[in-house]
Parts: sequence; C-alpha cells; structure tokens
Amino acid sequence: MTTREDFREILRLVRPGSRVLDVGCGEGELLELLAREKGVEGRGLEISPEGVSACMARGLAVVQGDADDDLDYFPAKAFDYAVLSQTLPQVRQPRHVLSELLRIAERAIVSLPNFGHWRIRLDLLSHGRMPLTDVLPTPWWGTPNIHLCTVRDFTQLCDDLDLRIEACAALANGKPARPIEPKRALENWRAESALFLLSRANSAAILPTGKPRRDLFG
Amino acid sequence: MSDGESSAGLIETQGGVMRFPADRPLRLDSGARIDGLEVAYNTYGRLNEARTNAVLVCHALSGDQHAASRHPLTGKPGWWANMVGPGLPLDTDHYFVISTNVIGGCSGSTGPSSIDPATGEPYGLKFPVVTVADMVRAQAMLLDALGVDKLYAAVGGSMGGMQVLQFAADYPQRLYAAVCIACAARHSAQNIAFHEVGRQAIMADPDWRGGDYARHGVRPEKGLAVARMAAHITYLSEAALQRKFGRELQRDGLSWGFDADFQVESYLRHQGAAFVDRFDANSYLYITRALDYFDLAASHGGSLAEAFRKARDVRFCVFSFSSDWLYPTPESRQIVRALNAAGAQVGFVEIESDKGHDAFFLEEPVFHAALAGFLRSGAPARGCG
Repeated sequence: MTTREDFREILRLVRPGSRVLDVGCGEGELLELLAREKGVEGRGLEISPEGVSACMARGLAVVQGDADDDLDYFPAKAFDYAVLSQTLPQVRQPRHVLSELLRIAERAIVSLPNFGHWRIRLDLLSHGRMPLTDVLPTPWWGTPNIHLCTVRDFTQLCDDLDLRIEACAALANGKPARPIEPKRALENWRAESALFLLSRANSAAILPTGKPRRDLFG
Repeated sequence: MSDGESSAGLIETQGGVMRFPADRPLRLDSGARIDGLEVAYNTYGRLNEARTNAVLVCHALSGDQHAASRHPLTGKPGWWANMVGPGLPLDTDHYFVISTNVIGGCSGSTGPSSIDPATGEPYGLKFPVVTVADMVRAQAMLLDALGVDKLYAAVGGSMGGMQVLQFAADYPQRLYAAVCIACAARHSAQNIAFHEVGRQAIMADPDWRGGDYARHGVRPEKGLAVARMAAHITYLSEAALQRKFGRELQRDGLSWGFDADFQVESYLRHQGAAFVDRFDANSYLYITRALDYFDLAASHGGSLAEAFRKARDVRFCVFSFSSDWLYPTPESRQIVRALNAAGAQVGFVEIESDKGHDAFFLEEPVFHAALAGFLRSGAPARGCG
C-alpha cells in the first residue's frame, strides 16, 4: 500500500473545513493535501526534527513530539478528526493512544498493517520466520513496529474501549480501497492493511442512518 | 533622529533613540513610572507601504539594538549578523526589522545609568525595578511612534523569547507570528540561583558603592566580570567546553600558582573583561531581576494556557536546543503544550546541537532553515513575501 492510497481515502473521509490533527505527520504531505483540497485547519505531531522543519517551511503548525507522550496535553474535543496513519504498531501504549485520539477528536482515522493477512500467515507457517511483505518490508530486528496486530485484534480493542467502527476499508498495493465489514473472519485473511473511521460509541454517528457505507469509501 | 513627535519621517532612518514626551510616561508593573522614556533602536530593511512587514527582534540579557550592525563600542558585528540581513532568515529584502534596547539596559534606552530627570543625577538604585512586561510595553510605545500597528513577527531568543511570549500575551492583535527560541515561560529556581550569584558578585565589589558608583567615578568591574564568567558557563554545554578547551594549558607546564593555567580559565577571564567594556553593572542587576520575576502563568491565574487564550490567531514557532541546560527543552515543551491547550497554532522543534544555550547565536543550519521557512510561509498572507 502506498501512502498516496492511504491519503486518498483519508481525503475522502474528512469533512471540508474541519479541524484535523495528524499524528506522525512526517513532512506534512497529508496536512497540505487536506488544507488544499478540503480547506482543513490542520495540526501535526511528528517525532523527527527534519520532518518538523519541513512542515514549518510549508507553513504547517507541527509540533515535535510523539503519540505516547504528547497527546495527553491536547484539550478534549479540540479536533474533528485525529489521523494515525500506519503508526499505531509503533507506539509504546496503543491502547492509551487510541483512547486519547478519541478524547481530543470527535473521530479517529486509524490505518494499520494487518498481521492476519494470508500471506503473512502462510509465510510464518511455511518458513517459520518473521514475514516480510509490501506492508511490512523491514526485518524483525530493524522494524519500528513493536505492537503488531491483526484486524480482529484491533476490532476487539475497539470493542474493549467502547469505540464504534463507523467505516472500514481494506487497502492493498496499487488497488482501489475496498469497503469491508472488519469483523468478518474472511477479511482478516484478505486485507493487507486496513483503514478505520472510529468514534466513541456514545457519540452520534457520522453517517445519517441508512446511508450506505459505500459513499465514504468509494 | 531624535524625537518621537511625528512618525512619518522616521521610517527611513536606521534608528536612533526615540524620546517620549513627559506626558507619555511608561507605567510599570511595580506601580512606578518612567517619565521622559527613551527607547534606543535600530532598523534594517524598509517598511512596506501597507506597513505589514515589520519584524521585532528582541535581544537577550546582555544584548542590545545592534542586532545586525557593528557595535559602536566594540566594533564587532551585530550579535545576530548571521540571522538578520539580505538573504538571511530575517531577510531585510523582505522584512523591516526593528531591534530595540530593553528598558533597564545600558545601550541607549532608559536604565539605571540614565539621568533621573527628578534629580539630574544617574538613577542608580533609584531606578524602579522593571519586568519583561514593562520592556514589552516600551516596545509597543516605540511601534506606535514608528507607525507600526501590527508586526509581521516578533522574534527572540532567551530573554528575547520571553519578550515575544509576553508580547503575544499582552498584544495578541498586534502580532501575526511569534518566534520563541531557547526560552522558558518562567525562571526556574536554578535560573534564579545563578542570577543571584552574579548579583552578589557585583554587590560584593567595593567599587559598586551601593549602586552609586557613577557619582564616585568608579565601576565595579571585577564584580561584573565575575558575574559574566559564571553566567557564561551556563550559556555553553559541557561538551562544547570540553571540545573547545579540554584540559589544554595556556603555557607549557603548570604555574604552581593561581594564574590562568588552563585555557578555559583564560577564556572566561577574557569573557568577563570584554563584558565590562560594554555593559553596566546596575543594568545587569535590573535585567536579571526582571528575568527572575518573569512567570507568565503566574500573571494569568497560574495557567500558562490562559496567558495565550487571546493569542489563538497568532502563529507560534518554538525552538529549543538539545544541549541547552539554561532553558532546557522541557521548558519549551511546556510552552508548546500550553499553546496547544489554548488552541493556538504552534510549531515546535528541538534542534540537535552540542553548543548549549548560545546555539541560537551560532551557525545551526537546521535551525536557520526552519526559521526562514516558517517566516517565508506566512509572508504571502501578510503581503510581505
């Protein structure tokens, strides 16, 4: 999955003129895209000084910091969306971070590699070694991912935290996003990577009832 | 240029001293006031017709208005000559840079060595204690006199960064962007402790004469030099000192006495001796006091976020340096978190450097590029690109 596909899906999800926090925003490509295409008021959090400097030069309000330590200092409901793209497996406390995202934002957009994908399972089964795939290209000793999970693990965590999955799409390299029902066992085999739109279960849903999910993803 | 009566003709000048009439005193936080206020300043570049490209540069403890031009006493280049000028991050081809001397200082603005109009003698310790907010109030008066309603940016490091924070808190509508470098929102116990060492060194010098040295025709040079030596250590990092000097000796062999055997001793003595040529001891007392009193949260009900509540439309940019132990990165993070809590726009980056607090004066390419980029990015919106 390329970042572009990830971004394209996020771009479709975000309401025009909304406030977005991009956690792990890199050099600010997504924030710039959102500002240009959707008139979004964006903020970012990024760990590398080079990334932050690049963002500053783009006129983006980006703070050097990380999800584990710095989300706690944002006020509640400061944003409409908090975006965490392919970063959740790299944080020390995914459960806390996910919970924080939905404290400071009405909705979270979280994408993550699916460790339950068939190729990964097959790789592990047949070779007995940590799998290397398009989505997880780095050997075990060099990967920043310390909390890998499957789509099923993630939906379970959402249930535990009382989070509502408003929409979900499977992302694969070079293919258009495919809306999925993440709790179907088959999807946990098929999705290389998944993108979730989440909200607190006790808050109002983003979708007017009866509107098909297809409008969000494609 | 010499008086503050009209603003029109003043713009083209390269600065001078703005004198405010006695009926426009500077009212101080302490309740006292300064009549006949003088603010020394330099300008670089040209104010555009729409008056939207002014950038206020705020100096640190021992700085002055000579940010980019030669210091008239020492003949040395300005303290930010690598930052302010054509093609530099504070690009004088685009921005009209205003650099002022703080009140309480000794480079032309009203301070303890100025003549007290009430007595005709130098103020000495009769000069009222001033605060960072007072410094900023005087700067706002200067901007009024120069016809600058709204700054494109205020930029400063160390004490200069504190002035920028205070400016944003007190005059948020007069500021488009704020750049705070290597600073803190309040002085820590350690900061106050180091300053107290400096002040005690000055006051222990017999030539200080209770602050009245000017009338006696002497100067507490030894005390001021020691104050500067102690402070200078806090501006450098251990790594930088080690790299520069290590245990290198001045001459072959030890003196078996108390001469400056080590190069680091000689360096510090030189720093102290050079400082007394251009700085006033009482100013050092007053400015360190202003810094010790600085606590932006305390003046806003204990909440730093509250201080920035009205500054939500200001674009903030905060820099810290990894080896700065005077105002270490956590101090900057506190500022950033408060700005986020207030809903302000803020960018923050910690620059990797082993040069300590003084890194902000030095060649730091990542820092310079980020600052230049930040300023450039907002310029079109204010018509000063």
